[in-house]
Amino acid sequence: MTTQNTCSCSSSTLPEEVRRFAEDRVAQSRARSFLIPTLHKLQNAVGYLRDDHIEEIAELFGVTPNQVKGVASFYHFFSFEPKGACPISVCTGTACHVRGAADVLAKIMKLLKIEDGERTEDGLFSIGGARCVGMCALAPVVIIGEKVYGNVTPDQVEDMLKEHGFKGDET
Amino acid sequence: MEMQSPVANALDMVRKQRTRAIWNLFDTKFNVDYRITVGSATCEHAAGSLSVYETFQSLIAESGTPDISVGHVGCSGRCDMEPVVTVISRAAIPVKYVKVTPEIAKQIFERHILNNEIVEDHSMRHIEGWEYIRTIATISGAHDEGSDLEDKLVEMLEEHDLAKMVFVNRSPYGGEDPEEPSLHIYPDNVTYPQMNAKKLEKVVQEHLGRDKIVAEFQDNQSKVSNLFIPFFGDVHFYGKQLRMALRNCGVIDPESIDEYLSVRGYEAVARTIDSMTPEEVIESVKRSGLRGRGGGGFLTANKWHFASLNDAKEKFIICNADEGDPGAFMDRSIIEGDPHTIIEGMIIAGYAMQATQGFVYTRVEYPLAIKRLEIAIEDARQRGFLGKNLFGSDWSYDIEVRFGAGAFVCGEETALIQSIEGFRGEPREKPPFPTDRGLWGCPTAINNVETFANLPVILLDGDQWFSAIGTGQSKGTKVFALAGKVRNTGLIEVPMGTTLREIIYEIGGGIIDDKAFKAVQTGGPAGGCLPDEFLDTSVDYESLKEAGSIMGSGGMIVLDESTCMVDVAKFFLEFMVDESCGQCTPCRAGTKIMHGILEKITNGQATMDDLRKLEEMCDVVAQASLCGLGKCAPNPVVSTLRYFRHEYEEHILERKCRAGACHNLIQYRVIADACVGCGACRRKCPARCILGAKREAHEIIQEMCIKCGNCMTACKFDAIEKGAFIDAEVTS
Repeated sequence: MTTQNTCSCSSSTLPEEVRRFAEDRVAQSRARSFLIPTLHKLQNAVGYLRDDHIEEIAELFGVTPNQVKGVASFYHFFSFEPKGACPISVCTGTACHVRGAADVLAKIMKLLKIEDGERTEDGLFSIGGARCVGMCALAPVVIIGEKVYGNVTPDQVEDMLKEHGFKGDET
Repeated sequence: MEMQSPVANALDMVRKQRTRAIWNLFDTKFNVDYRITVGSATCEHAAGSLSVYETFQSLIAESGTPDISVGHVGCSGRCDMEPVVTVISRAAIPVKYVKVTPEIAKQIFERHILNNEIVEDHSMRHIEGWEYIRTIATISGAHDEGSDLEDKLVEMLEEHDLAKMVFVNRSPYGGEDPEEPSLHIYPDNVTYPQMNAKKLEKVVQEHLGRDKIVAEFQDNQSKVSNLFIPFFGDVHFYGKQLRMALRNCGVIDPESIDEYLSVRGYEAVARTIDSMTPEEVIESVKRSGLRGRGGGGFLTANKWHFASLNDAKEKFIICNADEGDPGAFMDRSIIEGDPHTIIEGMIIAGYAMQATQGFVYTRVEYPLAIKRLEIAIEDARQRGFLGKNLFGSDWSYDIEVRFGAGAFVCGEETALIQSIEGFRGEPREKPPFPTDRGLWGCPTAINNVETFANLPVILLDGDQWFSAIGTGQSKGTKVFALAGKVRNTGLIEVPMGTTLREIIYEIGGGIIDDKAFKAVQTGGPAGGCLPDEFLDTSVDYESLKEAGSIMGSGGMIVLDESTCMVDVAKFFLEFMVDESCGQCTPCRAGTKIMHGILEKITNGQATMDDLRKLEEMCDVVAQASLCGLGKCAPNPVVSTLRYFRHEYEEHILERKCRAGACHNLIQYRVIADACVGCGACRRKCPARCILGAKREAHEIIQEMCIKCGNCMTACKFDAIEKGAFIDAEVTS
């Protein structure tokens, strides 16, 4: 199934770099193996996988949109909803678990008033539990945006969030 | 496909490149009075090593002296002490500084680099209670004889008044013949094989006492795995270790192919291509006894052998770096610290199997590992070590990086193949095994990162030497990610046969805050928890399995008295519920049912009947699931039930969590005698459930308490206690 389709519709919103990456790959043999790399490119560029983008990618790869979504939904890393400007991951690996990650996560949810998997109203933060990030010696680990925090305790959470623009405070 | 006769110039090609590499390094960073290396890995960066590096850069520029250089190295494994900075000067044991900040970097620069005075307060040795030494003397060889000699050496050093200058170390297997004791002196890098007391006396007098090498005893057949010792051997944490897979981690710059070449990099593969047939490589690795380090423990050479029987046009090698086990970071550290060793290992495996293409399948969560691997692959291509007619041979082979997107099940071979092909990572039944029908239907051998990292060592130091290390069925070493409630956390590599006690108490330094050890968890979600009566278990595939856990890929999490074993089992089941691919019912529904029961137990709502159901489900899921992931899913429950059944029963019958970890089974209470009535706890209580007048003992209304623990943190008088005081009255 390596038919090459060049999308002729003028309303394409697929970022140019993603389109070029995909077009280049579908011309190669075993093109299907580049579907996941393409989805990575798309999520990097847009932040999440939008339905209209999925349709365009399906067309490029000569598969149906539900097949693309079927693949994407299998993997935790792909998101179908926009994330916050500063996505927060609280590592849920074993070392982090036994060293109190759950209390840290609870504190973050309480301060931001959102649940795991949600985004704040102002779009600044979103929380997503992360699979082990492999920094077990620093457990518990929290990643906010690109910054990694190690040996986090619940009392440090508020200051950490403030570094990234968190304003709300509690009494 | 018939193999053409190998060409005889691969080794020449590598040697020439190594000579050029060493010249380059001398011109740029090695030929200096002081060479500074700064740890660079994901965890080092998180600890702040990048700004330390920049500080040194600008200090060097300001000072204007040409005789100082600064470079990056991978992670040396001492994770709780990062960032680690090493100062290397001529003919001296390098000084390791820990937890370095830009401020400390300035001190190191001013005092050590400019004024030749070690900043003891921040040196790794000093923190471990030792002063700086000049020389490392490592005794290696068979256990009893080696220990005898070690004692004698210590005595002799005392006699000759050298004890303060020489650090005596015991490396289990450093010599030519692992059975025979030998002595290695660093930083002079001299090896004295076939040691006995008489020879030892002379070496102590001449070499250590008068700095004169005893030429008649000397033999400089140094093992590549000894490379690490002159850099880190003076620190106890590294003393018990034998670094083969990790030999270059913390020693070389992972982004420099020149540095890898300078430590005999690509020599093993060049020798292999020059002078061995593919069958001979398979035979040699078979003799070494190397087994898969990903956990399965399958003989590595057998996979290649089966794949080589097939005469398909295309064959593939896959490096499985999809390290999904929570609590494991061996693969990340090896790739980040020494990516070329993986590439070299993959070329050796590819040659043995006459593969046409290699893939590294790694996690998207490891961006630095991906970046370093891509740099290394490109550099290797440029040098002619990958691609068409690599090393001037008539064989062509290249390596590509592919990454997953966060699915634990993709570590399973058949699921991994599905994922590379661009599908949902759902496992399929075996047989056919991937060595028969794998990626795109072609014969495919899938090996783990650490397995590949061992191959250059086996081919350079010899399969016979390798097979003498370890226990009956488990040869060589194993890398472990030591984490949890242990004092020294980090990445370690020990010979198979080392005991859990040695790892946790000697290398790991014991339990944090001197709490009581409860259990050690090995093998990740497919493994188990072993209690203290198993501390003397030898670490090898068979012994761990017999004890009720598994070797797994190398996660080792230490649990103390404040860890609840039911909660740990629940944690792993929660992971499995999330990660079950959903294809087969026993795993999809079974893990969910088990998790539900565990939830009830930790909430104090379960009955003994639930416990029976839980045990039944363990059997069903283990027997009826399709793939290894499902079959092993009940293991954390099975092993905790086997050794910690009393904790399950306490939760159920007494509604008590002895570790105080299960929130619904604990209470916070005010110790009336200690409470001064300051009101600090009352103000911090988000449930407004603390009552009491000023200067009078307060009280917590248990029915409203949400067990957040704020009161305990707020109290300055230690007047709040937490524990399992729940009695029948409260819960009924």
